[in-house]
Amino acid sequence: MSTDPIVNISTLNKWYGDFHVLRDINLEVGRGERIVICGPSGSGKSTLIRCINALEEFQEGEIVVDGIELGPNLRRVDEVRREVGMVFQSFNLFPHLTVLDNCTLAPIWVRNIPKKDAEATAMKFLERVKIPHQANKFPGQMSGGQQQRVAIARALTMNPKVMLFDEPTSALDPEMVKEVLDTMVDLAREGMTMLVVTHEMGFAREVANRVVFMDAGQIIESNTPQEFFANPQHARTKLFLSQILR
Amino acid sequence: MTDVTASSFVRQDLVPERPAPVKTTGFIGFVRTRLLNSPTNILLTIVALLLLWYTIIPALKFLLVDAVWSGKDRNACLAENTGHQVGACWPYIQAKLTQLIYGFYPEAERWRVNLTFILAVVLLAPLLIPRLPAKGLNASLFFFAFPVVAFFLLRGGGLTGFGVSWVASLSQLFGDSIVNAGQVLVNLSQNSAIGPVLWGIGKLIVLIGSAVGWLIFPLTWLRDQLQMSGQPLWYDFLLTAVIVSLILFFLGGGMRTGQRALLASLVTFAGIAVVIKLMGLDRGGLAVVDTRLWGGLLVTLVVSVTGIVTSMPIGIALALGRRSTIPLIRVFSIAFIEFWRGVPLITVLFFATYMLPLFLPGNFNVDGLVRALIGIALFAGAYQAEVVRGGLAAIPRGQGEAASALGLSWWKTTSLIVMPQALRHVIPGLVNSFIALFKDTSLVSIVALFDLLGSLHATFSDPTWSTPTTAFTGFAFAGMIYFVFCFGMSRYSLFVENRLNAHRRN
Repeated sequence: MSTDPIVNISTLNKWYGDFHVLRDINLEVGRGERIVICGPSGSGKSTLIRCINALEEFQEGEIVVDGIELGPNLRRVDEVRREVGMVFQSFNLFPHLTVLDNCTLAPIWVRNIPKKDAEATAMKFLERVKIPHQANKFPGQMSGGQQQRVAIARALTMNPKVMLFDEPTSALDPEMVKEVLDTMVDLAREGMTMLVVTHEMGFAREVANRVVFMDAGQIIESNTPQEFFANPQHARTKLFLSQILR
Repeated sequence: MTDVTASSFVRQDLVPERPAPVKTTGFIGFVRTRLLNSPTNILLTIVALLLLWYTIIPALKFLLVDAVWSGKDRNACLAENTGHQVGACWPYIQAKLTQLIYGFYPEAERWRVNLTFILAVVLLAPLLIPRLPAKGLNASLFFFAFPVVAFFLLRGGGLTGFGVSWVASLSQLFGDSIVNAGQVLVNLSQNSAIGPVLWGIGKLIVLIGSAVGWLIFPLTWLRDQLQMSGQPLWYDFLLTAVIVSLILFFLGGGMRTGQRALLASLVTFAGIAVVIKLMGLDRGGLAVVDTRLWGGLLVTLVVSVTGIVTSMPIGIALALGRRSTIPLIRVFSIAFIEFWRGVPLITVLFFATYMLPLFLPGNFNVDGLVRALIGIALFAGAYQAEVVRGGLAAIPRGQGEAASALGLSWWKTTSLIVMPQALRHVIPGLVNSFIALFKDTSLVSIVALFDLLGSLHATFSDPTWSTPTTAFTGFAFAGMIYFVFCFGMSRYSLFVENRLNAHRRN
């Protein structure tokens, strides 16, 4: 594991009311590392990565992102969010703005980049996700797969050091899953640090450095994909894999 | 495989296109398929036709056929003089038109009202046409510059001081009222069981008030110096311009990025100076026309436009406040909204007009029209808040989360992502409130403000035009005016809705 982790989560604990959702989570993510987090629904995977950019608050523990400490008081949340990009299950594009405006909004209003430069950068990223010709359409006029690729481009325009993916393909038709996964594979090849919550085990095998299995708010098992799929250790992991791999 | 033998068919000749049967298209088709296609519909069609017959025909007969179109007084509109049944008495409207528009606004000064109307149209029309450029400048002119200009045009009067004097006077008033309140407590303490406590608190409050007075002493001293100079307004104006511009310059980022803010500030102040000079505000301005003389359509428009324009920001702020996570703000917003929604507008107007002056300190006098305006703005604001809140509730949480994840602050998320979408959702509801407010303005006539309906009522008492159909004519005319404005708002809102919701069409 890398000696200089870009994300370091230590003894993270979170409760929803009385319900203990995350229990003593410790996770180090090295620069350029690709981690796939999987597990049954309700196991806290999404909650965990949403804690990293402070979309969820937590009660105990600490998260350090690129040297910026994020404790339970979330004081430095703005600094962290500027370093962390996020892609959601339901895309969450802004429906009242064109694709191009979706991608230039944050650079213009958060980083104070002039509109012209922001648009040039946005077009560069839209080209990378292979939809530059749709720049002036509204999100509602595009397919789910295209929308999710725009969402990836939108996150990239802020030049994040870490990308979080919260089940990016779960809301897509089977045909469109591939185009989004291809985009993510490209991103991984370029060396982006990625934390991906997904059930796409093919993607995990292909690009992940490490697979983390969660259940009941805890990390049950963490291993390289080869070992994880070929040789699961914990009984819960074996059960999970037997159910999703046929 | 089945045992059924599949038959094969290959078309040799394409079927030519033919016109549809006459019975299903055009007017006959419409009548057959939409009006007479079932016994129930035949019955409904007949009922509808009868209803139209009994409403449209008499209305047209009254307004056009039997109407009297010219004449000098009531004799022209009496049945015994015309020889037929008399409908609308239009010469009466013609004779009273100026009163219906201006109320008792002095005749020699009516050009000021006309100029205000023209200014409003000139500034509002380009704002409503999406194709035209410079919306930002246009909007700031209409929403900020125009109200001030309109105030001095309609009411008249000049300025004796500017920013520095205003701030000084306001803070002085603030300090004085604190001292006053303390004095009241001290006086109360003389015959009270908890006298010493009251006395102590009173003295403390007096002390705080005096401290405020001392704190602002430099300001009041500066104001008095300015007032003693030969040109108090202009010196004060210059000083204010310099202070405000410098503050904006440093807030805008100083030498690096402050130039834009500085330039904008200087241009704005130059514009203000031009207005002051043009309207002669430094030399006393136009003759003062007391708001009690205002009336007719003028009052209706002033009240409704002010109400509509000011209720929006109030409504948005309250809607956001009601969804705030800070308990104090949330409780305040809820209490405010529920209070104003729970009280009838008539009560609000009565309170603002007749009771508020009793509570305010003696030297604090607010114009009657302004009091009604404030009451209406707060009342309408509470209603708008609930409409806007409905729009906010319709925005998925993911929108705010996506914006936050991109690093946008709460203010930017709200103003760029959440609020634009929320307002688009509730355009019909907002315009509904606007229209209701426009018509509710007629309630101001019960607090001695003569709006269009109030002025109309006043004309009924004129014996020159007292005929059996005078009142009907007047109400028909007023109804048409209200309808034109409300229908205009309604159609424009549909247009905006279609335009802004372009993204929902696939």
